[in-house]
Amino acid sequence: MDWPGQYLTPDEWVAVRLTLGVAARSVGFGLPVAVLTALLLSGRRFPGRALVDALVHLPLVVPPVVTGWLLLLVFGLHGPVGAWLQGTFGIRLAFTTAGASLACAVMSFPLMVRAVRLSLDAVDQGLHDAARTLGAGPVDRLFSITLPLAAPGIVVGALVGFAASLGEFGAVITFAANIPGETQTLPLAIYSALQSPGGEATAARLSLVSVAFAVVGLLAADFADRRLRLRLAA
Amino acid sequence: MISVAVRHNFSGFTLDAAFELPASGITVLFGPSGCGKSTLISAIAGLLRPDSGRIAIDGIPLCDVTARIFVPVERRRVGLVFQDSRLFPHLSVLGNLHYGLKRAPPGPMAPAGIIDLLGLAPLLDRRPHALSGGERQRVAIGRALLSQPRLLLMDEPLASLDVTLKAEIMPFLARLRSEMALPIVYVTHAMDEVSRLADTVVLMNQGRVLFSGPLSEAASRGDLPLAQRDDAAAILTMVVAEHDETRRLTRLNGAGVTLLVPKIPLSPQGAVRVRVPAREVILATAVPESISLHNIITTRVRAISEDTEHHAALVELVAGDAVLLARVTPDAVARLQLAPGVPVLALIKSMAIEVL
Repeated sequence: MDWPGQYLTPDEWVAVRLTLGVAARSVGFGLPVAVLTALLLSGRRFPGRALVDALVHLPLVVPPVVTGWLLLLVFGLHGPVGAWLQGTFGIRLAFTTAGASLACAVMSFPLMVRAVRLSLDAVDQGLHDAARTLGAGPVDRLFSITLPLAAPGIVVGALVGFAASLGEFGAVITFAANIPGETQTLPLAIYSALQSPGGEATAARLSLVSVAFAVVGLLAADFADRRLRLRLAA
Repeated sequence: MISVAVRHNFSGFTLDAAFELPASGITVLFGPSGCGKSTLISAIAGLLRPDSGRIAIDGIPLCDVTARIFVPVERRRVGLVFQDSRLFPHLSVLGNLHYGLKRAPPGPMAPAGIIDLLGLAPLLDRRPHALSGGERQRVAIGRALLSQPRLLLMDEPLASLDVTLKAEIMPFLARLRSEMALPIVYVTHAMDEVSRLADTVVLMNQGRVLFSGPLSEAASRGDLPLAQRDDAAAILTMVVAEHDETRRLTRLNGAGVTLLVPKIPLSPQGAVRVRVPAREVILATAVPESISLHNIITTRVRAISEDTEHHAALVELVAGDAVLLARVTPDAVARLQLAPGVPVLALIKSMAIEVL
């Protein structure tokens, strides 16, 4: 793809593509976990549910810089999980593109869980009973009833998570740093451009791209939500 | 044979019901709202675990609290049609019909036959939200039947439908009874559904079973709630004997009684169910002459119960193997000197007999 070359410098284009990649991976890995978490939280009560619920929502209320620093403590080279990943699989997260995705995933996680959970809670328990009388066991019902009916929430969760990942700043810069071409996503690139003399043009162009992404994302979420709801209208 | 014995406590309410059902035909659970009918259905379906009791089909327990047996809903093979249909909104009508079929062992219910029986062919590609209430219930019935149930439960399937939709769906239910060798337990509090559909009735009140047995008996016993209703009536199962083309009448025989009714479009030997409303039956001790009436039946009084509140008396009359009901005034009982064992003539207008 070279058409944006007319409008963006190669460096700017790198930041745009990197951002899209980071956000895609953030949703790709985060969403399945978010769906599982939402299923856990909307299902039967279990001891410690309030704690899980609070943990899930933590990134929403804690300053993003703090979340980034906590990630560094856990997943950094000397952190317990980070050292183990490095030692066992040779995977490094801190200050890498993968790390930026992780930071985005953690930050957008509560939003994804919320969206999915709302639609899970809206699934009529009566339909479950009907499916049971028709011979469907628990796992069968999860795939034939629960997930299809929660589809609007899952799609909205994915889009919201993607949009939030595009704009994540504090956690990314703290955990993954601001490395052009590796961890410098759009908001970081805009910030850096504003710090350097004569960077206003770059900042303006990238801001426009950000706004465009946000608008497209919102429209897509709305469209998907309405289409799916129409399909599921009871 | 289906045997049910369930005890269950709610806050301030005890369900304590036991009865046996025949292995075919429609059994109607009848009683006022809140008498425990739906709870009983939930227990049979397995959606409710009773405090104690045993539920078995042909001797094989679905639930036996003392033996710690509780077969989960999805393995009971007991179909359930809910009042609110509960079709899956993300599936088409065909998808809904196939949902149970795909998960059931091979059985006698064939999709083509069920689709035909319930008139579903024009609906197959539609989504549930594009169906009328009556259509939804027909799909729900088809879906339950295709799950190859050993027993079909219907929990007030017509309660949410208006009179027109009800009239549209009743013939399908009547066909279900005559064409399927499947026991059906049908919950309702609507009398017209009872007289039209029931073979056996279980009368319930406040969590207890007042009576279980054939409809004709339940309808004609003055000590049971059906006969105490304003619309009390005898229900007789009869066979078309012959049509009198010149008089435009049909003669019905059954249970040792002969009735003439306005000609019905049914060939001889066809079975019909008739309803003889108690308030339409006149009693006489001598045959009246020059009267428009067609049906004068010799009977003997079985019992008389007085409804002091409405100044009415309900007279149970034995004719052949049938029992008729007459709702008359206490004054008429006194004037005709009616008492158990006394012979009396029951006069029934042919126009008053409802062929169901």
